[in-house]
Amino acid sequence: MRIVRLAAEDDFEGWRTAARALASAGVPADQVIWQVGEAATDLFGEEADLPNQGIGFAVPRLFVDLAQSVVAHSDSERFALLYRMLLRLREQPGLMHDAADPLLRRLEDMAKAVRRDLHKMRAFLRFRELATGEGPRFVAWFEPEHHIVRMNAGFFARRFAAMHWSILTPALSIHWDGQTLTEGPGATKAEAPAGDPVEEVWRAYYASIFNPARLKVGTMLKEMPRRYWKNMPETALVPQLIAGAQARESGMVAQSRARIGGNSAVAWEALRDEAAGCTRCHLYKCATQTVFGEGEVSAKLMLVGEQPGDQEDLAGKPFIGPAGQVLDKALADAGVDRATTYVTNAVKHFKFEQRGKRRIHSKPQGPEIEACRWWIDQERMLIRPPVTVALGATAARSLLHKVVTIAGSRGRPLTLEDGGECWVTIHPSYLLRLHDRADKEREYEQFVEDLRAANARVAALAAA
Amino acid sequence: MAQLDVRHKLEILADAAKYDASCASSGTAKRDSRGGKGIGSTEGMGICHAYAPDGRCISLLKILLTNSCIFDCHYCVNRKSSNVRRARFTAKEVVDLTLAFYKRNYVEGLFLSSGIIRSPDYTMEQIVEVARSLREDHDFRGYIHLKTIPDADPELVRLAGIHSDRVSINIELPTERGLKRLAPEKDGQRIEAAMADVAHAIDDAADATRYKHAPRLAPAGQSTQMIVGADSATDSDIVLRASSLYGRYKLRRVYYSAFSPIPDASAVLPLRRPPLMREHRLYQSDWLMRFYGFQPQDVVAAAGPTGMLPLDIDPKLAWALKHRERFPVDLNRAPKEMLLRIPGLGVKAVNAILASRRLRRLRLDDIARLTVSIARLRPFIVAEDWRPTLLADRADLKPLVAPPREQLELFG
Repeated sequence: MRIVRLAAEDDFEGWRTAARALASAGVPADQVIWQVGEAATDLFGEEADLPNQGIGFAVPRLFVDLAQSVVAHSDSERFALLYRMLLRLREQPGLMHDAADPLLRRLEDMAKAVRRDLHKMRAFLRFRELATGEGPRFVAWFEPEHHIVRMNAGFFARRFAAMHWSILTPALSIHWDGQTLTEGPGATKAEAPAGDPVEEVWRAYYASIFNPARLKVGTMLKEMPRRYWKNMPETALVPQLIAGAQARESGMVAQSRARIGGNSAVAWEALRDEAAGCTRCHLYKCATQTVFGEGEVSAKLMLVGEQPGDQEDLAGKPFIGPAGQVLDKALADAGVDRATTYVTNAVKHFKFEQRGKRRIHSKPQGPEIEACRWWIDQERMLIRPPVTVALGATAARSLLHKVVTIAGSRGRPLTLEDGGECWVTIHPSYLLRLHDRADKEREYEQFVEDLRAANARVAALAAA
Repeated sequence: MAQLDVRHKLEILADAAKYDASCASSGTAKRDSRGGKGIGSTEGMGICHAYAPDGRCISLLKILLTNSCIFDCHYCVNRKSSNVRRARFTAKEVVDLTLAFYKRNYVEGLFLSSGIIRSPDYTMEQIVEVARSLREDHDFRGYIHLKTIPDADPELVRLAGIHSDRVSINIELPTERGLKRLAPEKDGQRIEAAMADVAHAIDDAADATRYKHAPRLAPAGQSTQMIVGADSATDSDIVLRASSLYGRYKLRRVYYSAFSPIPDASAVLPLRRPPLMREHRLYQSDWLMRFYGFQPQDVVAAAGPTGMLPLDIDPKLAWALKHRERFPVDLNRAPKEMLLRIPGLGVKAVNAILASRRLRRLRLDDIARLTVSIARLRPFIVAEDWRPTLLADRADLKPLVAPPREQLELFG
């Protein structure tokens, strides 16, 4: 058993010299014990001189780079693992390219951990200003995970060349006077300054740049693990920022719900103009034009149909064809003035099959309803109707975000995502398709009754 | 307005700046402060000095010079008609703040933008003055990102480029119609013209350096940002738009910012935010186009008929599921382009596979060491000791498993 003593935890040169001599002499990896400093010796080991260097040998540059990083790792096995790798490299010169090799993988992971620690030190170290006889000095206290401080000194010297600074760590301290780097022994946190008035300003910045409407605590923790927090002045704010975020976001939403900023009639016109060029699904290709909603922007009752028909497509207005006439009559019978409502469709383009010279209505499919939901959502956000009537299953599907049957959802209020009430009933075109006179009359009466009930809810909600 | 102290102004002007997603400090020329009178360095990789609970990196001091603005863009918290508190920094205050933060290792540099006051030229002059002072009066060598103002004098924009590492101008909304509705005073064509000017200026400066030691303009290039979820653009629209911007103006980055509710919102805006996942999926597809050889059409194919990328799976997996005939891929044989299409394999893993397979045939264990999750990968790959079982149901099984045909000996 041979014992090799290295001068320091990150003594790359010492390891290199010893490893080269041992490998030249053909000493197997399990015959070497690597130690740093004057730690207790293995009882059965002998501290022999290194064998005389035999014939030098070359190793790939990639390995040297890897070894320089790995040496800084805190794992006590690192020197032995590197030596094993070195011996194997003499047998298999291509080994450095075999990324799937378990030993190489392990060393790469160690090097990665070291690089990450180097990077996090550059990121999370915080200086505090200290007034001294020779002017200001910036002092930082940092606790690295690996033996990286010496390796990182150059970075800070290049970055803060004109400053005087000191970095204190448990194992080592480094100092820069504007000209040269010097090293000192390890330090304690108490030796670093306790505060800096600028930290108050920095904390104010940290709190203000945070957007409470997009909380992603997991991402923050992944990139800024808690172990670094204790030496960073801003992290103390994190819990209160998270706690307050939800309230701040819903506050903003509630505020804009209560007080509509700007002119909603103008906003609605702009929205309609934007919709005129909609290409969110393929239906725009065959239809004549977008048929947008119509009516009072301040309406308390919104009526949502399925999609425009042949006549609506040509005129660009909703519910003016045969079904529209049925709707008008039913509204009148229910005592609702259509002029006070807002009438629109779940899908804004006419979908049809061409049969000879006729365009036959064709039911919109899921993706078309999905694509068009954006518009109905926008219309609802502007108008914010307390009561909405879904005329038919397609409208109900669009508003409720799920497939429902009319029979199963009719006659009772359903709550929409934005808090409004939704009443489901038939589409007026259903009445046009019924042939039996008695059925037709019964269904019509029911339809009028549904409209009347919805309208009564408008009055009830306004009074509440 | 009563005099506000610097800390107060910072609260207002950082709050106003936070809707700009970009905080990158990477990809610029390498330099440091040795031999100079000041501080600052940029060494290629950007550094995130802190993370806020919104998961965003804090790399730069990101502020507005002022949040007063003569424009009235609905999506913007600083619009003329908004009731937010207004504040304005002097150039010296910004310079001092940047240096104070930099000296304590809080930031990589400054990202300065501004509301438009008086005129575009006046505003641009103020922004340029801050950068000039940092560079010339204080020999500051850290990172500077300046927002350029549409319609500002091209000479001012060139000066901004000389003092900064990156310049950007926001396209704001992915569609012209959306811009018309939400930012009626902005003009998409003028914004693009300004981008084209910057792209030319950067090119000209790069040409000049070939012959003599001329200053480089914005070595980290230009970037832009668009707001997602405030207009009717689908993911397909956004991806196609971004791809044309990358191509035309040689942008380094297009940032996507999910619309989020703002204080004192305008009636035109949605009250609800779009899912943050949507923004994430757009960034993923952006990545696929920049580093994985995906074409915009591939992303459109992954989005399907609604034009929206699925929120529950990433766009690469969505693409793979729509193109099952291209899988499984033999890791020991397939070309790099195809390895890059495998869901769950990143660029690093692909490079490692390419290097290792020159030395030996890769088995499942080997792949497991190179990737994060082998379980996800399995259905899509063939390795030396692995073939997905579902393959048995496939129509194209035969050519994969049948032994190669041999020419029969005619004269045996």
